[in-house]
Amino acid sequence: MPTEVAIRTQALTRRFGDLVAVDHVDLVVPRAQISGFLGPNGSGKSTTIRMLCGLLLPSEGSAEVLGFSVPREAEALRLRIGYMTQRFSLYEDLSVLENLGFLAEIHRLSAPRRKARIDELLGLFELGSRADQLAGTLSGGQRQRLALAAATLHEPELLFLDEPTSAVDPESRRDFWEILFDMVDQGTTILVSTHFMDEAERCHELAILDQGRLVATGAPRELMDSIDAAVVEVECERSRAARLHLEGLPEVKSAAQLGTRLHALVDRSVDDPVARLERSLADARLAASCRAAPATLEDVFVAATQAGPEHAR
Amino acid sequence: MIPRLSVARIAAIARKELLHLRRDHLTGGMIGGIPIMMTLLFGYAINQDVRHLRAGVADLADTHRSRALTMDAQATQVVDVVARVRSATELRQLLVEGKISVGLLIPRDFERRAERGARPAAQLLVDGGDPIVLGAARGLVELPLAGRSPPSPRAETFALRTYFNPERRSPIHIVPGLCGVILTLTMVLFTSIAIVREKERGNLELLITTPIHTLELMIGKIVPYVVIGYVQVTLILTLGTLLFGLPIRGSLLELATGVGFFVAASLTLGLLISTLATSQFQAFQMTFVSFLPQMLLSGFMFPFDGMPVAVQWLAELFPLTHFLRIIRGIVLRGADLGQVVPDIWPLLLFFAATMSLATLRFRKRLD
Repeated sequence: MPTEVAIRTQALTRRFGDLVAVDHVDLVVPRAQISGFLGPNGSGKSTTIRMLCGLLLPSEGSAEVLGFSVPREAEALRLRIGYMTQRFSLYEDLSVLENLGFLAEIHRLSAPRRKARIDELLGLFELGSRADQLAGTLSGGQRQRLALAAATLHEPELLFLDEPTSAVDPESRRDFWEILFDMVDQGTTILVSTHFMDEAERCHELAILDQGRLVATGAPRELMDSIDAAVVEVECERSRAARLHLEGLPEVKSAAQLGTRLHALVDRSVDDPVARLERSLADARLAASCRAAPATLEDVFVAATQAGPEHAR
Repeated sequence: MIPRLSVARIAAIARKELLHLRRDHLTGGMIGGIPIMMTLLFGYAINQDVRHLRAGVADLADTHRSRALTMDAQATQVVDVVARVRSATELRQLLVEGKISVGLLIPRDFERRAERGARPAAQLLVDGGDPIVLGAARGLVELPLAGRSPPSPRAETFALRTYFNPERRSPIHIVPGLCGVILTLTMVLFTSIAIVREKERGNLELLITTPIHTLELMIGKIVPYVVIGYVQVTLILTLGTLLFGLPIRGSLLELATGVGFFVAASLTLGLLISTLATSQFQAFQMTFVSFLPQMLLSGFMFPFDGMPVAVQWLAELFPLTHFLRIIRGIVLRGADLGQVVPDIWPLLLFFAATMSLATLRFRKRLD
């Protein structure tokens, strides 16, 4: 009976010399969902994904992916996973069709199956008219669709996507996610890393990474509801001055510009955070209107990544 | 554990390599361009039968006989008189300046010396910096002197008979060796970038996440180049036969077999380099570092027997050393494969060792 957990790691750690890229990560990724890795650059997202694919050896800890122990059983696992690398990794001097044909042969799809599957993917990813174009001459969005098509040729159970939409316009990004949801409906498990909040919000489950440590996990809604701070929305003519003032207050964990407004995260111990901030800003001769607001994912992210180690998880 | 290799996967890799070659006109051009260019250059340019050395003459005697001597020297075609000077000092100066490589000094007392016949009548100044020039010039020492009674005709100890290349033409000697030199260069070069290029372009991260077996990848990478190696040998030998009258005395099939062993050994050397190098540039450097000693020490440039024993041992490690013996044996001496077995098994050993090392060095991982 297949387990309902696709990935489980225990104290997964990877060091590069003195740098701890991934620091004792305990992660559980459920099946048939989109799970997101959210974190700034260098937070260990790619390194974790590479360890889960068996491309990097963990320095410490263990990982089980689709029931296979990694890296020991990585070779057997490779038949059942797809991996879309952060950098475009198909052959730029080969055409769309040649690239897909090559990988289909490497995956040993039978000749009729190969043709059917490639036709299906060309249709799904709207690459039919580009079949004979060299991959190197495709646009960002087309390359990304080709890379996803290549990663899913052999219909993997588990798909790793490492910042798949970083070089893509917003519309292509939306279409891309539509395809991902279709795949999940058919039972595929997807682990995607991103630093876009709107993408992160679409994931079923999120894991926030900061400097190699897992600092928060849960569904996006859950994370927003359970944020460990009061969110105060501040509107001020002189928003920059207001932000600097707020950041100087000891009870304010952070103040970030969100559009025309500021979002200040205030320590839970403060009784009436709205009144507290209003008073403080007025004292500083900064006319502002403050009100309590629901937390956004960005607030969650800021709270999680700026908290010191003692606040981790 | 014996891996079950998939022929389909090997074919897929080989086909992909050919697609790369088709798109890469520079490399594609090298396949035909290098053999044609080098065969023509070496065939026409390298000539160890040296003639027309630039010579200077200082004829201080200026007699009928001394002028005849200069003309006789010129008539041998070994030297071309390009300068005439009035003193030994000037002659030496020309030699220092590199304007001549041979100087003919005819002293004032030339007539007297010629009459007596006890001491040499004239002096030959030779630039010893080039051993082949020196050898050719020494031939002039034997030049008979007009009017002087020839030395009693004495029987020579040895009568020389030149086998396999009776006219002593250089191309006959050079062209078979050239096959080996060109293959060493192109085969190693092609495969040395085969893996490091995928690493550099980021393709490898995708490829090693697929279920492909390392050995499938390695074999798939060398198969297309074996075919290319045969194309090159065919080109060189055809040119050699048509332009330089190269005789192919042994069996073509046996020659092809020998070529196969050598090509395989060179290709896996390239693969090994490719797993060691971290960039294409490094792979190029390593290729040339491996190429130069092979070219210099294999017996292609200089006679193998003339090298110190320790260097000979080193040279025995090179595939080119053995291939030169095989191809010269089959092409020039009409030897059969059985007679060159002592040079075949080192090639097989080299192939097996480099292939194993390359496969072991290559990890389907990024760290």
